[in-house]
Amino acid sequence: MANTFVKISTVTVGSGGAASIAFTSIPQTYTDLKLVTSLRGAAAAVRGTVRVTFNGISTNYSGRTVRGYDNTTTDSTTSSTSYFDIWRIPAATNTASVFSNDEIYLPNYASSNYKSFAADNTSETNLSSGNTNYLSMSSGLWSNTAAITSITFVIADATNFVEYSTATLYGIKSS
Amino acid sequence: MAKTYEPISTQTLGTAPTTVTFSSIPQTYTDLVLVFNSKSTTLNYPFLTVNSDTGANYSRTYLAGSGSAATSGRQINPLFIYLGGDAGHDASNFNYNNIVHLMNYSNTTTYKTILSRANNASTGVDLVAGVWRNTAAITLIDLKIPSAGVFSIGSTFTLYGIKAA
Repeated sequence: MANTFVKISTVTVGSGGAASIAFTSIPQTYTDLKLVTSLRGAAAAVRGTVRVTFNGISTNYSGRTVRGYDNTTTDSTTSSTSYFDIWRIPAATNTASVFSNDEIYLPNYASSNYKSFAADNTSETNLSSGNTNYLSMSSGLWSNTAAITSITFVIADATNFVEYSTATLYGIKSS
Repeated sequence: MAKTYEPISTQTLGTAPTTVTFSSIPQTYTDLVLVFNSKSTTLNYPFLTVNSDTGANYSRTYLAGSGSAATSGRQINPLFIYLGGDAGHDASNFNYNNIVHLMNYSNTTTYKTILSRANNASTGVDLVAGVWRNTAAITLIDLKIPSAGVFSIGSTFTLYGIKAA
């Protein structure tokens, strides 16, 4: 019997870093996608902001995010942007060797409906303040009826993901 | 090698019911994951009961974000578990999804805990922890919405079984 939770691909960033992490030619044979990442940025800052786009298209992203950091809770709305700011990850001046832990769940990614997704993000660095630790959950939407065939992550300030950052894409079948 | 993430049942609605039921759930897994991507005729919030128990045997704690305010709250002794706080159905497109985990659902010694992550970019984002105060194994799950609405045709629901070994 076929497996129903299958690794499609893993990206591991090599020495020198990578400006983006991308999954292309995603098979259209699953029901849902799950993407699990462990990331760190190279910017001379405590954190980087990760942006996601689908199919290389830069329109119609929206969402809502609850975020906790520095003993503070925030809540934000994103409307009709050219990407979705999905996660906060540690960067060069943060605690060494700490990477984020993140996840996206994309149901019905191959359907002709708009694509809704769930995204969760943690970044715990053992620092007490300074926007260094993040916990967030997001509801995202790409208002496009195309099947998702590629997923791309970049860091907002165009810096690199550092070596040992990883991302794994899984396919899940409902039958 | 044994499969550890197995679809037990999937439903793509061809009618528009107020309740979606998974019954005769096999007791051969460790945990359950219920994934649904749905819409409704009105803004509403799906809720869940198990084993057809509609008594005051549930409770929940939630963290919710509307896009402008983050809130947290609790309910004790409700007749069901609401699976969200701000993230609810809307009548436009299938923007709502939810991933519900039901841990150790088949044991007969502990109360049953669920974890729900509800999402709708138009209405909110939620995390809900719920408990059913009963030691019975879960054999049936009812997903419902308030009487003013129905699940729309085309909504999808899949129940997965997860084995620890």
